[in-house]
Amino acid sequence: MAEINPVLLKELRQRFRTGKTAWLLALYLLVIGAFVLGFMYLSWRGSPGIFQPDRSRTLFIMLSVTQLVLLGFVVPGLTAGVISGERERQTLNVLLTTRLTPRQIIWSKLVSACAFVVLLVAATLPLYSIVFMYGGIAPGQVLGVFGFYLVTIFLFGCIGVACSSFFKRTGVSTVTAYGLAFALAAGTGFLAVFLYEINQLQARGGISPETWNPAFLAWVVEFLQDINPVFVLMQILGENGIPTGVNFGLPGWAVYTLVYLAAGVLLLHWSARLLLPGGKRRRNTRDV
Amino acid sequence: MIRFNGICKNFGATRALDNFSLEIGRGLVYGLIGPNGAGKTTAMSILATLLLPDAGTATVDGLDVVEEAEKVRGIIGYMPDFFGVYDGLRATEYLEFFAAAHHIPAHRRPGLARTLLELVNLPDKADVYVDSLSRGMKQRLALARCLVHDPKVLIMDEPASGLDPRARAEMKEIIRHLKQLDKTVLISSHILPELAEICDQVAIMEKGRLVVAGRVAEITAVSRGARQMRVAVLDRAEELAGFLATRPGVSETLADGQEVRFLFDGNQAEQAALLQAMVSGGWPVVEFTEIRRNLEEVFMAVTGEGVEDLGGN
Repeated sequence: MAEINPVLLKELRQRFRTGKTAWLLALYLLVIGAFVLGFMYLSWRGSPGIFQPDRSRTLFIMLSVTQLVLLGFVVPGLTAGVISGERERQTLNVLLTTRLTPRQIIWSKLVSACAFVVLLVAATLPLYSIVFMYGGIAPGQVLGVFGFYLVTIFLFGCIGVACSSFFKRTGVSTVTAYGLAFALAAGTGFLAVFLYEINQLQARGGISPETWNPAFLAWVVEFLQDINPVFVLMQILGENGIPTGVNFGLPGWAVYTLVYLAAGVLLLHWSARLLLPGGKRRRNTRDV
Repeated sequence: MIRFNGICKNFGATRALDNFSLEIGRGLVYGLIGPNGAGKTTAMSILATLLLPDAGTATVDGLDVVEEAEKVRGIIGYMPDFFGVYDGLRATEYLEFFAAAHHIPAHRRPGLARTLLELVNLPDKADVYVDSLSRGMKQRLALARCLVHDPKVLIMDEPASGLDPRARAEMKEIIRHLKQLDKTVLISSHILPELAEICDQVAIMEKGRLVVAGRVAEITAVSRGARQMRVAVLDRAEELAGFLATRPGVSETLADGQEVRFLFDGNQAEQAALLQAMVSGGWPVVEFTEIRRNLEEVFMAVTGEGVEDLGGN
């Protein structure tokens, strides 16, 4: 039987041994739970004894977006220190003189951090079941949302690990990881809306058509909304995105998954290279 | 066992190693001495496969540290100057983790951890969290960690740094024990007298270059030039000082009470002849000894001078 990677085992052991983990889990559930139950209470108060399916659907969407926002905070925070933290504790060099490869170290760190986040998401399932109980949501949509979360956790995790490998200090790495996550979550969405508005303006004759190629602009808008987490989440939940008329031959979530799985693997590969002797940040043994 | 051959390493405009060459024989405890910035840590990091040299080659047991880095990692144990702590791991778990990282089979790890903890005198700390150990204990645990895969070569960067005298003595004892186990130990330190005690040979570095290398006694002999001698007599010390000043190889004589100090530039036969002359001259000599210079004084004397390889490998 294949043995579990020692770094992964150590990380899991360390993570789940500390009381901080339980507190973080409790806090996460408290935030989401308060949100769901608070919304339900307010809805019931308006019309006692009745909770309509359309409200349940709204609640589900809001719950899913809230969870996405929380993931945007939690995942980079957990992963942005995995390598720089080893560097700051001065344990990285020791780890690199073992038989473990940089790739094994990077993957183990990512998997252990993501495993905890998956636990956080899984722990919210009972809250989803409360919403699900009142109808308005298809089981496929619930599964789709959780699949989407897995891809998003992987993406944000890869960004955090890459920043952690590149930057020497955890503080800088964390800020950069949050910045990149925000750029992906909000920046691509804003850009998609902005370019869509330009295209609309061109169509109405507000801008000379020669300035921007409408077909190309539509293609960019479609791509941007397909790689934007909020737009893709809305698509999974059956909401309409920006009407571009462009069809990639794949649903938005498939484009999202393919693009970010590839980007994540490339980021991890780059991170592992940074740990090799001669990698950019291997100069930290500069005591001379 | 270890060979540096013309290693150069730059960090930007700083030249950390400048055509550094050194050979270290199997089973030796070898000391690397130098001031801050001399290049000791860089040399050790290159040997530990953590840094790439800009030029030159380095080998461990014939294996190139760049081309065969993975094999090299299998035969070296590296102990940096600072013991990094993993929170929430017990001493045995810490050792078992590194044993797993060196691909030691799972069934061997618990026994190995126990054996190593006994070797470094920490058997009663097996279930203690690593971050709660004292600095000396952490250093010993780090040494045990270096040994999990039974390496042929140990690279120890300032292992006694920050330790109290008792912990330093314990560390020295363990290093002596490692020598008995036929390990080759490369050790750097600023505490030069201690290196002189435990090292078979030393190399003195400065500004990335090798200044002098060889046995401690040989380096001391070569570096001293004229040796400082002391003669104790029952009486007539002033008269003896006058006599000695006329002898070949003797200079800077100084009588102080019942003893005379002077510098003597000569070999052991000439030293014996000098003693014979004093006794024949009727001076009641009760003691005739060389005032030995410690490694620290030697280090201060030789840094900045040319390379002298005294061999001995």
